Amino acid sequence: MADTMQFDLVSPERSLASLQATAVQIPGAEGDMTAMPMHAPTLTTLRPGVLKVDAPEGTTEFLVTGGFAQISAEGLSVLAEKAIPMDEFTREHLDELIEEARATYETAQKADGPHGLVEDAAKMLADMEALGTHMSL
Amino acid sequence: MPSLKDLKNRISSVKNTRKITKAMQMVAAAKLRRAQEAAQDARPYTERFNAVMAGLAASVGDSATAPKLLAGTGKDDVQLLIVMTAERGLCGGFNSNIAKLARQKTTELLAQGKTVKILTVGKKGRDSIKRDLGEYFVGHVDLSEVKRLGYVNAQDIAKDVLGRFDMGEFDVATLFYAKFQNVVTQIPTAQQIIPAKFDTDAAEAVSSVVEYEPSEEAILADLLPRGVATQIFAGLLENAASEQGARMSAMDNATRNAGDMIDKLTIEYNRSRQAVITSELIEIISGAEAL
Repeated sequence: MADTMQFDLVSPERSLASLQATAVQIPGAEGDMTAMPMHAPTLTTLRPGVLKVDAPEGTTEFLVTGGFAQISAEGLSVLAEKAIPMDEFTREHLDELIEEARATYETAQKADGPHGLVEDAAKMLADMEALGTHMSL
Repeated sequence: MPSLKDLKNRISSVKNTRKITKAMQMVAAAKLRRAQEAAQDARPYTERFNAVMAGLAASVGDSATAPKLLAGTGKDDVQLLIVMTAERGLCGGFNSNIAKLARQKTTELLAQGKTVKILTVGKKGRDSIKRDLGEYFVGHVDLSEVKRLGYVNAQDIAKDVLGRFDMGEFDVATLFYAKFQNVVTQIPTAQQIIPAKFDTDAAEAVSSVVEYEPSEEAILADLLPRGVATQIFAGLLENAASEQGARMSAMDNATRNAGDMIDKLTIEYNRSRQAVITSELIEIISGAEAL
C-alpha cells in the first residue's frame, strides 16, 4: 500500500500547495474527515475550518473557507474559495471573515430570500466564530 | 511650406510623443507579465473545477430536479450579455473588437425576436456601445478603482448576475471577453455561462462510483453559483492579459510610427535649411557681382 498520496490545494487566485501527504484532515460540510492514501473516491463540500496536512516533512495547516474536496485513488485535491496558510493567519483576517459572514447574514435576513439562504448564512457565521474559538485567537 | 521653426517644433513634439508611447509600451509589458502570471495561477482551479462540474452535471443533468442554473429556465427569450472590456483606452482594437462581437450578437438576437439586456464591465466598452445599444443597458460594474484583480471582484459580478437570475430577469447569460492568445492576437469570445455548459470530454475524469457528501444534488446546487464566479474570474483575467498585450503591441506600433515620422520630418527640415543657405549664398554672390 502506498503510504503517500498527491495533495493539491488550489484557490482561484493561486495554487497554494502541491505535495505528497500521508493524511489530510478535511473540514467537510457534514463533519471532519481524514483522507489517507487509497481512500474511496469521494466528493465533499467544505465548511470554513482548518485543513491539516500530514506530510513526511511535517504538518502544515491551512485555513479554508468553503469550496470542495475531491478524493480519488490517486490523491486529493482541495478547491477552496479562500485559503490562507495558518502561520500567516491573524486576528485581523478572522475579524474580516466574520464581518463578511455577518454582512451576508444580515442581507439574507433583510432580503427574506429563499428558505435555505438565511440558514446558510447563519451557519457560515457560526462556523466562522467557532473557528476563532478553536484557534484561541 | 512650413518655416524652419515650425518644423523644429514639430520634430520635438513627435519626439516627446515617442517617449510617451515607449514608456507606455514598457509599462504594458511589465503589467502583461503580471497579468499572465495571474491567469496561469488561476488555471489549475478553473480546470479542476470544470472537470468536477462536468462529471456532476453529466450524472445529474438529465433529471427533472436539476438546478435551474444547469438546466436553464426552459426558455431563451431574455438574453443577458455581460460585456467585459477595459477601463482604459489606448490599447489598439481590444475594446472595439469585443464591442463589435457584442453588437453582432445583439443584432442577431434581436432579429430572432429575443429580448436583450446588457451588463457592462469596464468603462471603455460601455462608452463604445452606448450610442446604438444604450437602451438595453441594465447595469454597469466599475473596476477602475481596482488595482489588482481578485476573486472578490468576480464574486461581486457573479452575485449581481445570480441575483438577477433568481428574480427571473433573464434566461440565458453570455459572457463577452477577449481570450489571450499572444501579444498580437486576442480573440474576442462569447461564452455562455447560464445555463452552465461544460466540456463533455472532461466528464470522464469523475467516475460514477464516487461517494458524495452531502448528496450529488446538494453539492451541485452549492457549486453552480461558484462556477459562475469562477468563469467570470477566468474571463476577467484573460481580459486583463489581453488588454495589456493589445496595449503593448499598439504602443510598439505607435513608437515605430513616431520614429518614421521623425526621420521624415528631419529630412524635410534639413532640405529647407539647405534651401535657405543656398538662397542666402546666391544673394551674396549676385550682390558681389553687381558691384
